[in-house]
Amino acid sequence: MEQDFEKIFQDKVDREIRIEPKDWMPEKYRQTLIRQISQHAHSEIIGMLPEGNWITRAPSLRRKAILLAKVQDEAGHGLYLYSAAETLGITRDQMYEQLHTGKAKYSSIFNYPTLSWADMGVIGWLVDGAAIMNQVPLCRTSFGPYARAMVRVCKEESFHQRQGFEILYVLSKGTEAQRRMAQDAINRWWWPSLMMFGPKDDESPNTIQSMKWKIKRFSNDELRQKFVDVCAEQVKVLGFTLPDKDLKWNEERGHYDFGEINWDEFWQVVQGNGPCNKERLDARKKAWEEGAWVRDAALAYANKKAKQKQAAA
Amino acid sequence: MSFQINKLYYGDYGESKNGAADISTQQTNKAEWPLWEVFIRSKQGLDHKHVGSLHASDAAMAIENARDVYTRRMEGVSIWVVESKHIHASNPDEAEALYDPANDKAYRHPTFYDLPDEVKYM
Ligand SMILES: [Fe+2]
Ligand SMILES: [Fe+2]
Ligand SMILES: [Fe+2]
Repeated sequence: MEQDFEKIFQDKVDREIRIEPKDWMPEKYRQTLIRQISQHAHSEIIGMLPEGNWITRAPSLRRKAILLAKVQDEAGHGLYLYSAAETLGITRDQMYEQLHTGKAKYSSIFNYPTLSWADMGVIGWLVDGAAIMNQVPLCRTSFGPYARAMVRVCKEESFHQRQGFEILYVLSKGTEAQRRMAQDAINRWWWPSLMMFGPKDDESPNTIQSMKWKIKRFSNDELRQKFVDVCAEQVKVLGFTLPDKDLKWNEERGHYDFGEINWDEFWQVVQGNGPCNKERLDARKKAWEEGAWVRDAALAYANKKAKQKQAAA
Repeated sequence: MSFQINKLYYGDYGESKNGAADISTQQTNKAEWPLWEVFIRSKQGLDHKHVGSLHASDAAMAIENARDVYTRRMEGVSIWVVESKHIHASNPDEAEALYDPANDKAYRHPTFYDLPDEVKYM
C-alpha cells in the first residue's frame, strides 16, 4: 500500500504535477520541506535586522522610504513562507521556538554587521541578488504552497536588487571618500555572499533524492557560478572591483574562474560563531518576549467580544 | 528508506544542524492567534482568489493584516478572511471517484456534436 502511494507520488512529481498539502507524501519529503521552508522564512525575518539598522540613518527621505518598503517586503516574505510551512502541519509558534532556541538556522549572511550606508547598497545588489538566484528555480518546486509563495517573493525581489545597485551607482559617481566606502562594503560582503549558495555539491545518493523530488533543481555550485559570472560584469559598470585576485574569465569554460572560499569561516558562522549571531538572536527573542502581553491582550479582547456577541444573541 | 538531504537551500544548512528528526507537529500552544485563510479580489469584476493565510486575534485584525501582507502593491480591491478551521475540503484520495463520472460525459461539451459546415454562428 505504502509502495503504491510512493509510486503515485513520484509519478506526479515526474509529470510536474504539484503536490498539495492534503495529498499523500512521504514523511521524509514533508519533514525536509518543513525544515527548508521554515529556515527560509527565518532568513527573511532575521534578514530585516541588518538593514533595519540603517532606516533611521538613511541619507535622504527618498532613501528612507525605499529602505522601509524593502524591509517591510522582507517581513512579508517571511509571513508567506511561514504560512506555506504551516500547511504541512507545524504551527507558527513551534517554528518560532525552533528559531529562538537555535535549533533552526537562517542564512549565515545575516550574521555579518552593517557598518556603513554603502552596506545597504551591497546588500541589495549582492545579498538580494544571490537570494534571487536561489529563489527563482524554487518557483517551480514540487510543493504547491511553497512554489506559490516563491512566485510572490520573486516578483518583489527585483526592486530590492535594483535599489541596492542604484545606491552603489550613486556612490560610484560621488567623492573619493564615498567611493572608498562603497569599495570597502563590496570587499566585506563579496565572500559571505558566495557562501549564501551553501557548501560545495556532493555526489552522494542522498543528494539525488531531493533532486528526484524536485524540491531543488540546480546544484549549489551551478548557481554560485552563475552569480559570479553576472556580478563580475556588473561590477565593471560601477568601476569597482571584486576582492578576488583569482577572478578571471576562462575562455574555454565560458565562465569566470574564482578563488577558494573559506569554508571554515562559513561553518563557524553557521555554528553560531559569526560576528553577529548572538546579537541577531537576542534582538529576535527580545521582540518576541516583550510582545507577549500584546498577543495575550488581543486574544483576551477577542474572546470577550465573542462572548458578548453570544450573550446578546 | 533512510537518507540525508545534502543539497542546501537559502538559509538551510542540512539536517545535522537542526535535528529535523524531532520536528513534531502537534498543536500545543493555546495562546496562538487563530489561523485565517485570505481571499483577494484583484480587480472589480473578478472572483476572490485564495492567496495564503495569516494569524490574527479576530476578523477585523485579520483583514488589516491581510492588507499589509498581501496587498502592498495594489494587488486587491476587496479582501475576504475565513478562519481556517471553518474550511471544509474534498478529500484528495477520493478525487477519482468524485470527478471520474464527468469523464465519460463528452456530450456535455459543444465539440461532441457533428453539424454540417453550412451552419454558421453556432
Ligand atoms: Fe530573501
Ligand atoms: Fe526577501
Ligand atoms: Fe529582498
